[in-house]
Amino acid sequence: MSKNYLKTLLISIALTCAFTAVNAQIDSSLFKRVDPQDSLKNSMNMDAIYNRPLLSMGKLPVAVGGYMEANWQHVGEDGISEGHQFQFRRFTIFIASTISKRIKFMSEIEFEPAEGEIAVEFAALDIEFHPLLNLRGGMIVNPIGSFNQNHDGPKWEFTDRPISATQLLPATWSNAGFGLYGKKYSGDWMFGYEAYLSSGFDGTVINNEQNKTYLPAAKNNVERFEESNSGEPLYTGKIAFRNNKIGEIGLSYMGGAYNKYYDDGSDIDDRRTLSVFVVDFNTTLPTLNTFITGEWAWINVDVPETYTQQYGNKQYGGFVDIVQPVLKKKILGWDNATLNLACRLEYVDWNVGKFRETGGKIGDETWSVVGGFSFRPNAQTVLRLNYRHQRTKDLLKNPPVLLGGFSFGISTYF
Amino acid sequence: MKKIYLVFLGIISLIVCVQACYKFEPSEPADDELLDGPIEGLSYAETRRFLDGDVTFNDEIFTIEKGLGPLFVANNCASCHAGDGKGHPFSTLNRFGQIDETGNKYLHLGGPQLQNRAIPGYLPETIPAGATFSKFTPPAVTGLGLLEFVPDEVLLAMADPDDEDGDGISGRVNWIDIPSYVNPRSGVIRQRGKYIGRFGKKASVYDLLQQTVDALTQDIGISSLYNPIDLYSGEEIDPEIETEKVNNLAFYLKTLKAPIQRNQEDPEVIYGKSLFASISCTSCHKPQLTTGNAPIAALAFKEFYPYTDLLLHDMGPELDDGYTEGSAKTYEWRTAPLWGLGLSPNAQGGQYFLMHDGRARSIEEAIEMHGGEAAQSRELYRNLSSNDKQVLIKFLKSL
Repeated sequence: MSKNYLKTLLISIALTCAFTAVNAQIDSSLFKRVDPQDSLKNSMNMDAIYNRPLLSMGKLPVAVGGYMEANWQHVGEDGISEGHQFQFRRFTIFIASTISKRIKFMSEIEFEPAEGEIAVEFAALDIEFHPLLNLRGGMIVNPIGSFNQNHDGPKWEFTDRPISATQLLPATWSNAGFGLYGKKYSGDWMFGYEAYLSSGFDGTVINNEQNKTYLPAAKNNVERFEESNSGEPLYTGKIAFRNNKIGEIGLSYMGGAYNKYYDDGSDIDDRRTLSVFVVDFNTTLPTLNTFITGEWAWINVDVPETYTQQYGNKQYGGFVDIVQPVLKKKILGWDNATLNLACRLEYVDWNVGKFRETGGKIGDETWSVVGGFSFRPNAQTVLRLNYRHQRTKDLLKNPPVLLGGFSFGISTYF
Repeated sequence: MKKIYLVFLGIISLIVCVQACYKFEPSEPADDELLDGPIEGLSYAETRRFLDGDVTFNDEIFTIEKGLGPLFVANNCASCHAGDGKGHPFSTLNRFGQIDETGNKYLHLGGPQLQNRAIPGYLPETIPAGATFSKFTPPAVTGLGLLEFVPDEVLLAMADPDDEDGDGISGRVNWIDIPSYVNPRSGVIRQRGKYIGRFGKKASVYDLLQQTVDALTQDIGISSLYNPIDLYSGEEIDPEIETEKVNNLAFYLKTLKAPIQRNQEDPEVIYGKSLFASISCTSCHKPQLTTGNAPIAALAFKEFYPYTDLLLHDMGPELDDGYTEGSAKTYEWRTAPLWGLGLSPNAQGGQYFLMHDGRARSIEEAIEMHGGEAAQSRELYRNLSSNDKQVLIKFLKSL
């Protein structure tokens, strides 16, 4: 991102904040917090983009909000630790605008200081023709799985994002594109769909410094916001069903050509494709109020036979989070504060297959268990203490590298 | 007030957790279970250089943009030497095109090494019709600096090319040409303009800089200042790796520690060691060598225990693949160092792939494949009791 763009963005945000502050001194009653709807009753994962707390002022058609995440961690790998690490992972600002009753704009701008980047993760215009037929265009978040759309830090009880969501799937994965979505309610039942055409992946998927087939590598290619590497659209589609008493299940697909095979009027390579299938679900068990959510992804990538098996053509993995509220009452003066016990189970196999030379199974896989507590003084703010135990096997399935350690983090919407 | 106490209790608990957190982290494997790590006695500056080389060796992935290929075998060093250990059939090298000391006749067809992989859009090589070939399993890379600084005269003193002592073990050095960028060590011994090779299955490589440059070129397709020729086009191109990185890689290989023997005090291991000597395995697998002078103080005048003599030996027709390098015969192989043998499965996916091409799937199989000069020792091994065989294997696994 250019420095000029960055400067303009920062000045705009500063002016917005200053304007807001000045008005706040005049009359704070002008501010209105627009909290998200009860997510269990009325919304699905596809609504996560809009299901965020925002602050609106008076009759201004613009609402702002955002969230931040900061962590401390002390993690060791096979007895070697980098020591105490303090991380300011991300600071995200939402700006939403209701242009008219059925035309809305929402944007999400993320600052990641450690990466030295500012990214527009979402900035799309939604036009409703009918509840079952909405047009969305701009910088869209591809609806693959649930985490990609529902990735805000304060929503989760863990300091780290799921491995399968960020290192198998490329969350947060957004692209320039257009598409349709819609929802239908009937009693406790809901049905939703999304279908988008967007720019997509590139050759770094099988040519990267992660030394594995790695869809997230394509996130580094900012040219995808201007041109599609393959010249073809990336297709992303999802259908989801929800029953308020049972839970939600989503089935999503994303696929298309990923490499540049045609340039300046000439064929320069074979056309190669990738496809991603994801099942996601969430439910809340009755009586215990245990919340369970997770997703599982299968990825197929067309890797040339003559390339190296270091880069696999099949991958799969996923996670499941189990969150058990153990206290929900007034705690230390906070009404409706919640103390949760949480556990995340994760598995990713980046290279599913067998060695051509030996017929032995290829490794390159990670298991992880994360346990912890989270304390929510309110729904928008979370303090979380986690312990991670992780085992990673290399390509050859040599003895695993063991990783473990504590992390403590805070995250809040504002 | 109770709330304040609770808050203080929480904060104190958190501080205790923070201070004690490392106790809940995975412990480091014992030093003798790892091949990785620097040799003792490096200065701070040398340790930093070791770490720089470590990063390049283990973490640097060569992508197409960094110069990978276009034809290659692996895209980083650790692909072939996981944990600095032996390789796996996945990364086995194929060499072809030379049958005697007159040189490789297939250089124009991609010899001596087959690049069996290619980046998208290119086709990998195949072994030309009529060319003989041999498969080479990548070796462990630990302790190589110690091997590099064993004086030439020590190797020549161990050699007995005409078997003058009549023990059935001949052993000779491989006289090789060296590339122009290699600086011969002090005290070097030459013969008709050729130098003593000591690295590689055929002892056809002079030192670790040459080994590094060869691996970058032949295995990964990376040109360097030392060898700026692109393997695919045959044209001179800009270096694809900084010279400092190449030098640091060579330094890393020189200063990797030697494998540490485990269970040395175990009576069975001690007995197994005596059996190893009694059946004359030590005639070639010399337990102890000593370095001479070395530019890195930590490597100079050090006794170490590699179980090799770095010499070429006739290993019999079973191991004659019809391919060779330098002045070695096709049936001659450099004595493989046995140090680190017991840790091989940790780098080979929990299995053994032994001998030069990984054909032996156990230590027992490897012993059985020793022919030629080693046939006599093999017979003595066969005559051992079952228990003695097991004890001998236990000793070898302790290395």
